Amino acid sequence: MKRKLEVSELIFKILSYTFLTIFSLCCLYPFVYAVSASISGRYAVDYNQVILFPKDIQFDAFSSIFNNNQFWNAYTNTLFLTVYGTIWAIGVSILGGYALSKKRLLFRTGFNFFLVFTMWFSAGIVPQYLNYLDTQKVFAAIGITDVKWLIVIAMGMAAMNIILLRNAFEGVSSEIEEAAIVDGATEFQVLTKVYIPMSQSTIATVALFFGISRWNGYFWARQMIAASGSPNEQPLQVFIRLLLEDYTNLDTLAGWRAPYSPNSAIYALIICAIIPILIIYPFIQKYFAKGVNMGGVKE
Amino acid sequence: MNDEYLVYNEELNRYELDPEQKVRDDVEKNRWKLNWQLIVKDWRLYAMLVPMLLVFLIWRYFPMYELLGCFKITEVGKEVAQMKWCGFANFKSLMFGGTTQTTAFWRAFRNTFLLSFYGLLFGFPMPIILALFFNEIKSNILRSVYQVLTYLPKFMSTVVMTTLVSMLLKQGDLVSGTGIVSLALAKIGLISRQTADLGLLNNPDFFRAIYQISGIWEGAGYDSIVYFAAIIAISPTSYEAAQIDGADKMAQMRYVVIPSILSTIVIMLINRIGSLLSIGYEKVMLLYNTNTWVTADVVSTFSYRLGLEDGSQAMASAAEMINNVTGMILVIGANSIARKASDVSLY
Repeated sequence: MKRKLEVSELIFKILSYTFLTIFSLCCLYPFVYAVSASISGRYAVDYNQVILFPKDIQFDAFSSIFNNNQFWNAYTNTLFLTVYGTIWAIGVSILGGYALSKKRLLFRTGFNFFLVFTMWFSAGIVPQYLNYLDTQKVFAAIGITDVKWLIVIAMGMAAMNIILLRNAFEGVSSEIEEAAIVDGATEFQVLTKVYIPMSQSTIATVALFFGISRWNGYFWARQMIAASGSPNEQPLQVFIRLLLEDYTNLDTLAGWRAPYSPNSAIYALIICAIIPILIIYPFIQKYFAKGVNMGGVKE
Repeated sequence: MNDEYLVYNEELNRYELDPEQKVRDDVEKNRWKLNWQLIVKDWRLYAMLVPMLLVFLIWRYFPMYELLGCFKITEVGKEVAQMKWCGFANFKSLMFGGTTQTTAFWRAFRNTFLLSFYGLLFGFPMPIILALFFNEIKSNILRSVYQVLTYLPKFMSTVVMTTLVSMLLKQGDLVSGTGIVSLALAKIGLISRQTADLGLLNNPDFFRAIYQISGIWEGAGYDSIVYFAAIIAISPTSYEAAQIDGADKMAQMRYVVIPSILSTIVIMLINRIGSLLSIGYEKVMLLYNTNTWVTADVVSTFSYRLGLEDGSQAMASAAEMINNVTGMILVIGANSIARKASDVSLY
């Protein structure tokens, strides 16, 4: 049965199409502008002649970034922090979440509270900073002088993610585990052969959360690198920010007769920082959607 | 006389300990031994907990010990443990001291609350509205295009996002012109050209608006996923039944869609209220400057400057303590109200 659209329905439809079109164009425009501005000529950018499409196309802004050793160094550092940080965080979280999911664990409520309390109450910036400084001294005393190992091990652990994993492990039926134990599996084998394969999608989602937060990590990385005085350990986010703060130097860096505006250099840098995530986005999309739905967990 | 564990011995004409009680006492006494045996037998499980406990203990709980510095007198070059206690003196001078710090603290406290509150007022309904509109688009391809476009800003890190914002709103200077968005706003008459040229990020009147709008731009699309998932879970028969009863679009919204996604909205709302005072300091720190402290300075950034730049750690810790304790009360309160009102709770 084909119904005629009612007036109210029609109005609502028109409203939603217009609103969504405007909103999504607003979301898109800054990126389009960034791309255009990064490849436009100096005069066009400095005098705001670039509105939507690039003008006097040049690629020198990009090539100057690609020729900058510091940029590649920062990129490598970010990759290092993301890869090792994610592996460490997800490893610790899987082990902890698995143990917490077991009903036979003694003091289970105590351990859970220990975890959840950190979501309610955090010490704040200053005590946290003092703590990181102290632990860095300890790290240096045992021979780990690189700040990046402290960043990998100490930062980015999240109680929420461990709780998500715990809930996923609790959902695995105990019969399979019992069967595995009868077959002589050890505790660790039960985890790796039964629990991990059966909660793959949650683990992938949580790993994604960790990975994103590592890739985006800025504040503490900057503080710790400033405190330890090792500028060549700075990750990409810190590198971008320092360049923006040093905006006027950027111009002299590029040289007054450079064919591109300092604005173009910053836009090009922004694009370089976004592109890796856009490339892997199609592969991680479904975990993204799953992740936000897990936000409303209950116990 | 309580005769639970004492029995009357008639031969000796006195009370004696019940022999069964002795067994019970033994069990009680050896409970820890039994537990210990359980732990030893199951040591692999407990070993799995150790890395997590260590990480949280060292980097989450030790800082809380450092936070105790707020009850002590700051002495340069000393550990928190060695400082002298001074009770609530730091709190007193911070909250009622009448110094410049006091005014700055209350300003920061008000800003923290206002930024969150406006986020709740404007930022919270936006994803819901988006999800309702997404539901109207019947073509799957078109809807996916809209969705991907609105998720796009979520892929930027805070640094990239704030860099982009400050480039688009930047002041005009000798080197290069005013940011393109400022220019556009001046063109349509929302702000004067002069304001645009001075840089919107240098103007305290605009900080809150920039903060909220960039927040919506960044997160609304992504946050709408949750609501959209709840909306598409509504069975089409509900709509049909409503239509047969003569409900127009508004009535369908009112009586079918909103009640179905209400529990999701409640959960998200509690979550939001709970984090009312834990405003993301990173974004504020990246967007504010000395000119906009009046509206932009939040408690975290205030105590960061106080503690790490002015070297007054005790005061800074006191400020954080006030903020965090109030925040914790809000979280626990919101959660327990939710648990009472419905069966949904967050933890």
